[in-house]
Amino acid sequence: MHRRHHDMGGLPAGPVEQAEHDYAPWEKKVDAIMRLLTDKQRKIMTVDELRRGIEEMGPGIYDELTYYERWIGSVTNTLIEKGVLTVDELGRAMEEAQARHAEAAKAVCP
Amino acid sequence: MSAEAATNARFRPGDAVRVRRAYPPGHVRAPFFCRGKQGVVEELVGAFANPEELAYGRDGRPSLPLYRVVFRQAELWDGYDGPARDTAVIDVYENWLEAVR
Amino acid sequence: MSGHDHDHHHGHDHGHDHGHDHGHDHGPFQPDIEDRPLTHYQAMTEAVADLLVAKGIVTPAELRKMLEIIDSKSPAAGSKMVARAWTDPGFKQRMLEDVIAAAAELDIDAGGIPIKAIENTEGVHNVVVCTLCSCYPRLLIGLPPDWYKARAYRSRVIREPRAVLKEFGTEIPDDVELRVHDSTADLRYLIIPARPKGTEGWSAEKLEALVTRDTMIGVAVPQP
Repeated sequence: MHRRHHDMGGLPAGPVEQAEHDYAPWEKKVDAIMRLLTDKQRKIMTVDELRRGIEEMGPGIYDELTYYERWIGSVTNTLIEKGVLTVDELGRAMEEAQARHAEAAKAVCP
Repeated sequence: MSAEAATNARFRPGDAVRVRRAYPPGHVRAPFFCRGKQGVVEELVGAFANPEELAYGRDGRPSLPLYRVVFRQAELWDGYDGPARDTAVIDVYENWLEAVR
Repeated sequence: MSGHDHDHHHGHDHGHDHGHDHGHDHGPFQPDIEDRPLTHYQAMTEAVADLLVAKGIVTPAELRKMLEIIDSKSPAAGSKMVARAWTDPGFKQRMLEDVIAAAAELDIDAGGIPIKAIENTEGVHNVVVCTLCSCYPRLLIGLPPDWYKARAYRSRVIREPRAVLKEFGTEIPDDVELRVHDSTADLRYLIIPARPKGTEGWSAEKLEALVTRDTMIGVAVPQP
């Protein structure tokens, strides 16, 4: 019987860790991107595709990544598969984002 | 609830049902722990696009009736250590349910 | 992942205003993250947003508006509905029949995903989980707490709900049915907790304060 790792109802686990973190701006941005991509106006992807992408990451990655890391990973793969984004565009845009971030940090943290 | 769901649904509230004991690969929404378990239909929620199709970029038609099915915890788990009256309600799509006679 | 400190927030544009009260406690203090490189996934997030804007798929204004909407959602909307249900039986009935329509009566936008309100009674206590992912009524009670999405809660509350509730300080008597709702499909669940005795005549505001997020998930009961 094949049980997938995200399907965890009833498995043994430790106590519920009740500490909570405040969502960081980038995490909310992931949420916002997902809501816009799935809205009635765009319908570029579905929440079902998001879930499938997360489930297909495999057990190691699923547990290693944080919640919104799983989300943006799945969203990005889906957008590549659909031809909305290319891998090359992503590589360049990630480089630019990193450079912009470094500049901004330099400007305000003497 | 849509008229479509009301007329096409196979089950009614109060019907005894069993979740199919199937283990396909891919995206499904019937939790592992309830497969093969028997419960009772609590409510027919309506008809929804099929998530097992939506997950692969298709349109999810035809839509599927969705039920809220109530299970005794003692049916779901060997050695459930709470009172016998405890229950779980799971949302299950019709393709995962079979009638219990 | 890091909690961030709003007061020290500066530098690049995250696309939303930090000047208002988020209505919940911030995480523990973390050193400013701005002087460290973005993580792989943070850079991916920025890149996807930038590309979607560059391609005209979303506008910067739409992105900013959505971030504001996310920030504006909190348990206050759910609390207001529950407190009204406690004092207005007609409203409670309408809420049990159609949460989205009942929310609209109070000028609350509950979105388009069907939501089911479930009432705690003397005989039944209800608690919600999504064992497969993290389904949650976000438009009525905001983004879910970390524990709701984590392995321990998702694995255990369906199988040993009384033990898990005890960890939250909630003891349900054995003569009360404990019912766990696994929100696996196209429905989201909002629990209407039972109104505590001794709150007769309380103002709406005072009642709303009893209706915390955790009471609407079902891991807690209102404490007058």
